[in-house]
Amino acid sequence: MSLDQTMFIPVLAESLQTTSSPTPLQFFGILLGLLGLFFFVGTAVGMIRFPDFYTRMHAAGKGDTLSTMLMLSGFGLVSMEDLSMGSWLLFFKIMGVVLFIFITCPTSSHALMRAAFEDDEMPMTEKDLKKPSAKKK
Amino acid sequence: MIEYFAIFMGVALFVLMIPVVYRIGAGPTPFDRMLAVNVIGTKTAVLLVIIGTLFDRVDMFVDFAIAYALLNFVSAIVVSRYLNRTISLDEMEAKENAKKIKS
Amino acid sequence: MGKFFSFGVAPNEKCLFLCNLIFLFTLYLLVVFILLFLNWIVLSGKFDAFHLGLGVVSCVVVTWLSQDLLFYDRKMGFVERTRQVFAFLRYIPWIIWEVVKANLHVLKLATTSKGYEEISPRVVTFKTILKTDFAKFVLANSITLTPGTITMLIRGKVFHVHTMSQFLEDDLLTGSIEKKVAEVFEPDVLP
Repeated sequence: MSLDQTMFIPVLAESLQTTSSPTPLQFFGILLGLLGLFFFVGTAVGMIRFPDFYTRMHAAGKGDTLSTMLMLSGFGLVSMEDLSMGSWLLFFKIMGVVLFIFITCPTSSHALMRAAFEDDEMPMTEKDLKKPSAKKK
Repeated sequence: MIEYFAIFMGVALFVLMIPVVYRIGAGPTPFDRMLAVNVIGTKTAVLLVIIGTLFDRVDMFVDFAIAYALLNFVSAIVVSRYLNRTISLDEMEAKENAKKIKS
Repeated sequence: MGKFFSFGVAPNEKCLFLCNLIFLFTLYLLVVFILLFLNWIVLSGKFDAFHLGLGVVSCVVVTWLSQDLLFYDRKMGFVERTRQVFAFLRYIPWIIWEVVKANLHVLKLATTSKGYEEISPRVVTFKTILKTDFAKFVLANSITLTPGTITMLIRGKVFHVHTMSQFLEDDLLTGSIEKKVAEVFEPDVLP
């Protein structure tokens, strides 16, 4: 990215000029973030392709949990440039967010699932699934 | 290096959110829409941390991320409570008994 | 010393029993206070006397107002509680590995056309042996995070679980997840 493109964000332009090579810890964080992105692909594709609400919930409930956890902990490692007190506190704060999401993500998906089930939204069975695919062929 | 990585992650997240936004528009049931909103909400917490890394103010933006994650959880619970017609166990038993009597 | 920590009722030692009760009560209050204060330190990030003093005051108020916060069964002994904590710490790596496996499974089903034909959704119902609410909550979350299954509805002891593929049911019905959770929270339930 050239400087002209980033001129509309002056702060960004300044930070892009002073690039430095990452420490091993930051490199590990980058790897974790890319892994999280890889798992988020499963969620994004599953949200479109899966046939009914309950199967979409599988994609959202699982993929969302792990990808958010991985990305957040990756950025927590990336933001640790030195091992001072402040960066440790920051790291623990981000780990707190990770823990919070690890607990609440399955819970909220369970609440939505229960709401849908009690609202007479019947889950698809195998027979329903076979019908439209047979028509397509 | 770190800044380029953060920009790449932000753009990739934004691109991957497009199918989820499609689900908000096209979802046949309200629960589909709420599910997609929930997914986008958790990803917004990640985006806030990415913005924090770009501006070198992660300590401030992490607080926003915490608040956003909390709000997202509460909104999911509230909407699912609002949308379902909750039946207590006693009411359900009464319903089943009524069915038995009819048949 | 072990007798002092554990919650055993001996008829001759009424005084010891009372001492034990008071000791456990203060211990739980102290543990809740320390956890809240650690939370305060991490969230505020300032170490001057003013901020720490505010933290102490607010943590004492919260501990005093919500006495049954965080721990439900206060009669549990010290030894039993530490065993539970360490068992839970051993449980965490297993659940994280399960989450990774679940994500790989979802990725396979979503992106490959061969995996897409494997989808055969159905609802499985089974009964748990767990008793307390917290153990049921952990079991429901673990079921949601293991590959191919999501908890739909909990009514009393009956779990309704939505499964994605056929072969994943066996893991549920034999109750291997249930055993893992029961080992942590209620070892007396296991046969």
